[in-house]
Order: sequence, then C-alpha cells, then structure tokens
Amino acid sequence: MNSNGHSNGKQAAAPANIQLNLANLSKNDYRGAPTTLCAGCGHNSIANQIIAAAYELNIVPEDVIKLSGIGCSSKSPAYFLNRSFGFNSLHGRMPSVATGAMFGDHHLKTIAVSGDGDTTNIGMGQFKHIMRRNVRIVYIVENNGVYGLTKGQFSATAETGLRLKYQGVNPYTPIDIVLEAMASGATFVARSFAGDANQVKALIKAALSHNGIAMLDIISPCVTFNNGDDARHSYAWGREHEEPLHDFTFVPREQEIQLGEFPEGSAHTVRLHDGSTIVLKKLDRDHNPADRAAAMRLIEESRGQDVFLTGLIYVEPEHPSLADIYQLPKGRTLNRMTEDMLRPEKGMIDKANAMMF
Amino acid sequence: MTTPQTKEAPTAQQGKQVVNDFAMTVATMNGSGSQTSNLTLLRALFKMGIPVSGKNLFPSNIQGLPTWYTIRVSKKGYIARRNTHEIMVAMNADTFVEDLASVVPGGAFYYGDHLKFEIKRDDISIYSFPAKQLAKESAAPANLRDYVANMAYVGVLAKMLDIDMQKVREALEYHFDGKEKPIAINMGVIEAGHAWAAANLKKTDPYRVEPMDKTAGYVMADGNTAGALGAIFGGVQFAAWYPITPASSFAESLSQNIGAFRDKPGEDGKTYAIVQAEDELAAIGMAVGAGWAGLRSVTSTSGPGISLMTEFAGLAYYAEIPVVIWDVQRVGPSTGLPTRTSQGDILSTHFLGHGDTQQILLLPGSAQECFEFGWRAFDVAERMQAPVFVMSDLDLGMNQWMTKPFEYPDKPMDRGKILWEKDLEALKENWQRYKDVDADGITYRTVPGNKHPQSAWFTRGTGHNEAAKYSEQAEDWEKNMQRLKKKFTTARQFVPQPAVDQMAGAQVGLIAYGSADPAILEARDYLAEEGMKTDYLRLRAVPFTDAVSEFIANHQTVYVVEMNRDGQMHKLLQLEYPHLATKLHPLTKHDGLPLNARWVKDAVLAEENHT
Repeated sequence: MNSNGHSNGKQAAAPANIQLNLANLSKNDYRGAPTTLCAGCGHNSIANQIIAAAYELNIVPEDVIKLSGIGCSSKSPAYFLNRSFGFNSLHGRMPSVATGAMFGDHHLKTIAVSGDGDTTNIGMGQFKHIMRRNVRIVYIVENNGVYGLTKGQFSATAETGLRLKYQGVNPYTPIDIVLEAMASGATFVARSFAGDANQVKALIKAALSHNGIAMLDIISPCVTFNNGDDARHSYAWGREHEEPLHDFTFVPREQEIQLGEFPEGSAHTVRLHDGSTIVLKKLDRDHNPADRAAAMRLIEESRGQDVFLTGLIYVEPEHPSLADIYQLPKGRTLNRMTEDMLRPEKGMIDKANAMMF
Repeated sequence: MTTPQTKEAPTAQQGKQVVNDFAMTVATMNGSGSQTSNLTLLRALFKMGIPVSGKNLFPSNIQGLPTWYTIRVSKKGYIARRNTHEIMVAMNADTFVEDLASVVPGGAFYYGDHLKFEIKRDDISIYSFPAKQLAKESAAPANLRDYVANMAYVGVLAKMLDIDMQKVREALEYHFDGKEKPIAINMGVIEAGHAWAAANLKKTDPYRVEPMDKTAGYVMADGNTAGALGAIFGGVQFAAWYPITPASSFAESLSQNIGAFRDKPGEDGKTYAIVQAEDELAAIGMAVGAGWAGLRSVTSTSGPGISLMTEFAGLAYYAEIPVVIWDVQRVGPSTGLPTRTSQGDILSTHFLGHGDTQQILLLPGSAQECFEFGWRAFDVAERMQAPVFVMSDLDLGMNQWMTKPFEYPDKPMDRGKILWEKDLEALKENWQRYKDVDADGITYRTVPGNKHPQSAWFTRGTGHNEAAKYSEQAEDWEKNMQRLKKKFTTARQFVPQPAVDQMAGAQVGLIAYGSADPAILEARDYLAEEGMKTDYLRLRAVPFTDAVSEFIANHQTVYVVEMNRDGQMHKLLQLEYPHLATKLHPLTKHDGLPLNARWVKDAVLAEENHT
C-alpha cells in the first residue's frame, strides 16, 4: 500500500526501463483489452487518450469506474483501464446506472462512454436528466452519426441529406448534442474531434477535474459505414472544417501555470472546483466559456455554417454536484458503511410502532 | 323538507341489538376531505378495542368522482372486506340512489339533508342531518367548510353508534400530529354533529358498538409505510422511484421517515439517498447501479412500472446484481383499474426478463410482514446477488390494517459473499467473479471502491465466463445458465418459509398469499361451521420450499385462492410440481376488490359439491 491507501499491484515487477508516473504506475496499468472495433475507428483513438489522460494525471485505476450503454462506442470501456470496475449496461440506459453507481463510492471518478444512437435516439431522456442532475461524470459521446453494430443505420445526429448504402437519404434534422446538453443545464460542455488527439486528451483531463457532469461530444468517424469525404462525421470533413475556439491547456492542481506560455491579454483562465485550471488561449474568436448566453449563441450560429467548432464551449465550475445535493459524507463512502451505521438500534423499533396508530 | 328526518325500521328489528358486528360505508366525492373523517372513525373504533378494518374504494381522479369507504367492526376479529353493509352514510348526490338501495334490510341510512331525493325504502332506518349547516356554524373558515362538513357525520355516527368521543379526539390528535388548531376546528364540527343527533334523532336501528379489549397488542398501519420503515431497519442506502398509484406512498414514506431513524447529530453526511427518477426505466437503472456499487438498493412501483423494468430485471438477473423491487400490484393489463387491487403480476414478475429468467418473489400477507420483508428482502437480495421482488398490492399497501407491532430484525444483516481488500489479499489472486467455489451457485463479488488491483471486473449483460470476460463460447453460456438455475434452488434456503395452519381431521387444503389472508382465515371458520375442516398454507415466497410440496401431497384436494383471472400462482405450482398438478384447483376472483370471505366459502363449497 502506498500513502494513498492503494496497493499498486504489478508495480514492483516493472522493469527499470518502464516509466512510472507519480502513482507509481506504468502506462500498461491503464490499458484495456485489445480492441475489437474496426481498424481506424475514431473510438480507439479516444480510448487511447483516456489512457493517456489518466496516466498523466496519476489517477489510480481503482479510483475510476467506467460505464457504457450498448453499441460500438459502448464496447470501448473494455479497451481502457483494465483495473477499473466497468459496467456495460443497457442501450440508452447508462445514465441511470451511472447515477445510481455514483452513490456507492462517490469519491470515485466516473468515465462514461456512449454513442450518438445510445444517447440521442434511445437514450435521449436519460441523457437530459443526467445533465440536469449534475452527476460528477465524464460523459463522452463518440459521435459518428450512424449505427455501427447493426450495420449502418442513421442516428439522430446524422446530417440532413446524408446518404447511406442501405438506408437512402436522411430526411430529418440532426440533433445537436451540445445544444441538448446546454439546454438541460449541463455544467461542462465541450466538443472535439477524434482526429485531434491533443485536444481530446486536454478536454478529458479537464473533464476529470470537474465537479459535475462533463459532456464531451467527440466526432468520431465510422470508417466502415459513414466516412465519405463529404459526410460531416468523417475524418476528411472534420479535418477540413474544424475550427478550434481556443488553444487549450489543462493544468492539474499540483502544477503551476507557466504564465510565459500565455501572453497576458490572450489567455482566459478557468479555475475548476478541485483547484485545477484550464487556460484558454484566444484564437480569432473571443469566447468566454463561463458565459452561458454566449455559448448558446455560438452553437446556434455554427449550426448550418460550414464550420465545426471545437473546444470548451461552456463551464460552470461551482454548481453543486449530485453528491453535494445529497449531502454525502466527505470522509467515507456509503458502500463501506456497516450495520452499526445503517440499522437503527433496537430501541428504535418502539419509535416505529409509536408512529403507527 | 319533503323527506322525513327519521323513518322507523320494521318492528321485527326493534329490541334486538347488534353490537360490534357490522359494516358501514361512507359515500362521498373524491377530494372532499372525507378521508380524514373516515380514518377518524376507524381509529376511534380501534382505540375502543374493537377489531376493525377500513377499505377505501376510490377512483383514479383528483376531485369529483364518487368514492366509498367501508369500515367493518368485528368482535370476532375478522378484518377482510365485507361485501354488504348495514349502515350507509350518503354524502354524494351522484350515487345517492344506488347507495340507498345498497343497505341491507334492517340497516340504517344516513344522509346529508342538502341532498334532496325521494326516499321510498321502509325496510331500513333513515336519518338525515344538516351537514352543511353544522359546518357553517362551526369555527371553520369559509374556504374549509366543505371539507369539515364531512366531520358532521363523524359526530352523528358517534352519537348514534355509541362511539367514545374521547377516542375520536385521540384519533384527530394523531391525524393532525397534535396541531391544536385543526384539531379544534374538526372536533368542533364533530361535537356539533353529536349534539345535534342527540337532540334530533331517535335511534331505531340495532347497530352499535361497545368497548372491547381485542386490539391490545395491535397497531394500525398500511403496508407501504410498514415496508418503508422495514427498509429503514434493513439499512436501505439507496432508493429510486417514479410516482405511480398505488406505490408512491412507499417511497414518500421512506423520504419522510428515514431521517428520524438514520440521521445522527454531528455526522459527516447522510447514509442514504432517495431519488425521484424520470421514469421507471431510470428508477430501476439507478437502483441496479447502486446495487452493483454495493448499496442496499430498492425501487418501488406497480404493474406498469414492472413492465418497463423488464430489461433491467433480466440484466440484474444475469449479471447478478442485488436489488429490491417493491411491487404494489394493481389491476392490469395496461392502465387497467389503477386504484383497485390485484394479484395479477405474479407470473410476469417471476419470469421478468427475456430468455430464461426466474425471479425471486416475497409475498407479504400483512402490514407487519411488509415491515419484515422491508428489511429481509435486502438480506435475500445480497445473499443471492439477484433482484428480489416484494409482491404487495393496493389493499395491503394503501389501506389501514390492524396488525401486530413491527418486530426488530431477529438476525444481523446478511451482506452476502462480498470481498474487500483484505479478503482478496488472503485469496492471493485466486478469485474469479463467476466461479462457483462453494457449489451453491452463488459466487463471490467485489464492488467499486475496492482498491485491490485484482478487485475490478467488467459487468455485462453479454455472455461471460467465470472470469467475467466476454465470451460467446457455447459451453460458457450453458454452464453459466445452469449455475444460475442452481442458485435459484439455493434460494429456497434463504427465502421465508410458508405459514401453515391445520385443523384436526382436515381433508381439504387451501393455499393463498398476500392480502387474501384475512378472507381465507374468516372463510375457514365459515367452512368449519358447514362441517368442512381445512388446512391452510400461506405462501410467503417463490421459490417454493419443501413444505409446499408436502402440504399439497398430504391433501386430496388443494384450492389455490388468488386475486387474478388465470390462477397465476396455481399455474406456477403446477409447473413446479407436475406430479401433484391434478390435486391443485384454482379459485380466482378478479373484480379489483379485496377478497371477501363469503365468496371464498361459497366458491370452495361449490367446487366440493361439484366434485
């Protein structure tokens, strides 16, 4: 056991040439099972950034739980953080499972992975409610506009006019996940692109420090069913049309900000609940992610335009999380409570009977 | 006034008194505040030591539709619903005619004199009283007069039936939690009604009450409150629910009461959380998530919610996650009769989930047993690592039942086979989530927050092997499903045993469960009077235990009495015991009303005479 109360398993056996992080773990300790997704799938690169982010933040895998619904994206928790508890639940119902699971040990960090079908088709109700409850979860939507496991049907995020091999042309208006999250009161909303590894990693890191729901809509192209050059969820389109809102740096609590990197006047700093900071370097737009109205306007403007805005769109660091609302204990977890804390003592049965007539 | 204030009953009835043995029904409009009046009468009678039961027959409506409340007093202690009533209090113009017709000959009919109807019956006593006037003359503010008008009949009945006014006051004090102002306003109307009746009404019917000592050692409780309190004594840590009649008061009672039992001054934080979910899918999803994370977790619902919970029930069964589902059954299918009682979810809940599922059911038969199963269900769920469904119903859940006091759990909590860091350390990596090392079908589990590097496993509804790894291997699937079957057999050791009551020389057996119990107890007396002795087995759980098969084997004929159309428990027993199937006969009633003893007696006799 180290000073954090963790025993680090295989660390003692690690050869000298393997680099250990501050948790005394190698990157191998963060890996998952080999992926069974298609080669080149955007989901795999997101899994890799989750591994990198957790490793670089010195998070002990046992301090993380990972959840998902059903679909290609929802398979991916098996492909990162083998030493974390995982739950591959039901299609569209991950938010409820994650909400309940949070109460078991509310000090754990939760990484939840969903897809556009899992979130915006079958799971829209639960998605919106987990946003408004502000459960402390990193909620990643691996968004490719298409159903993969069932072989190429439209999801609700598919753009109008998208043509798929067996489905014809999509006649419906797409759902914007970022807009839905905002409308439901999400307190950390970002969009990124699986092909932009650095931004994805920085956003995941920041999301892991947020005390509430952190929704990352990550465009993650489906190389098998929806990767035509003109498809909005393709690599080619994403690379060509991505317009980052900021240069983006996440600074964990332990590290000082090197102010020299960000000339005064061009940097916007957001302090997260745990003391970490996000430093946003202004590009040609001057978006303040603490400004909810500005965030809504930005998303609305970018809809229909041929741009694909990425970065941190909105953050509200001080909103109470679900654990705060329920006054969960600071120093202990519900799932380690024993009978003496949970069962009223014997004399209390008289009180129960006295309550009756 | 065209109708006579008092009409004398036939002389044949005069002189003969009927004490502590009648039923009276109050007919009012939903939302008129009559529930307070009815509960006050019920409680006052209970406090007089007279065995009593109250059945609320109410519509799915906020305000305006007719509602009836039947109070039965029984010196013999019968608390099942009576089919007929000797006394009717009519306060609703919409049902006046049928209410008048419903009184048995020789009975008494009371009505508010604001209802103008011609009354032609001369075989019953007729009493009218100025309910509105009494409310108007009271201290009640104008906006509450319609509500307190119903208190007038409490006063009138108290006078006419000899109900102790001190006990009436005690009932009001309980109802209003000692708040003097509403107590005074309501008591004022009751006293005015009492005084008015004393001055103006001449008693001509034979029905009255006298104090007894037959409620000592009992309390009045509804099953939903009892179950919620039981869950609190079971150490409930998480509840998620969605509003639905008749289950809402389970979760509401939990929310209202848990703090008084579990919050301790100076504590760092709460030991529990109760979440109103967005629907039943989310309610069970949250409860399953919490159960997975090591909490004593419950959700409460009724039939439509059970339908929505199907997929999660299958997941929890297969992934082996403890969770308690409290089903307060109502009449279905579909929206059905949402405010009427039923035992119609037995088969669907037992098999809830697609593929091969067998769910554990607990069957409480009294409010006291709702309390007991409130805590015991967690022990069974965590021991079995499985969903446990507690099958209550509207009658048991929402009506006031005279019941034995709640008993403190007679054994420590059973948290089941759960491993923490030191346990894993001792096992030296020799642990697999779904490996049946004890040969009882129950494997060992760990929960999130366990910091041991070998603690984590991946939970999934997809095929998995003993190591909880994804597997589509045919033999892995079959082996795992066979183990789950074995686990269900093991559950027989942990579920409550049936309750058996025998009469010497009985040939006929009766099997029933849940809220059917009081009607069966009463019917057995009637059958004995007719010369038919019966043995009675009350089921308390599925899976069945050996005591059930022995009971069936030991009788020529066994009637399975239940409140659904298809004889659901009868079918389940036949499936379980095909070699005994021909001995089992279904007797079913599915009119949405609590079971009635006369019907049970008649149905048994009809079958016996037929065969």
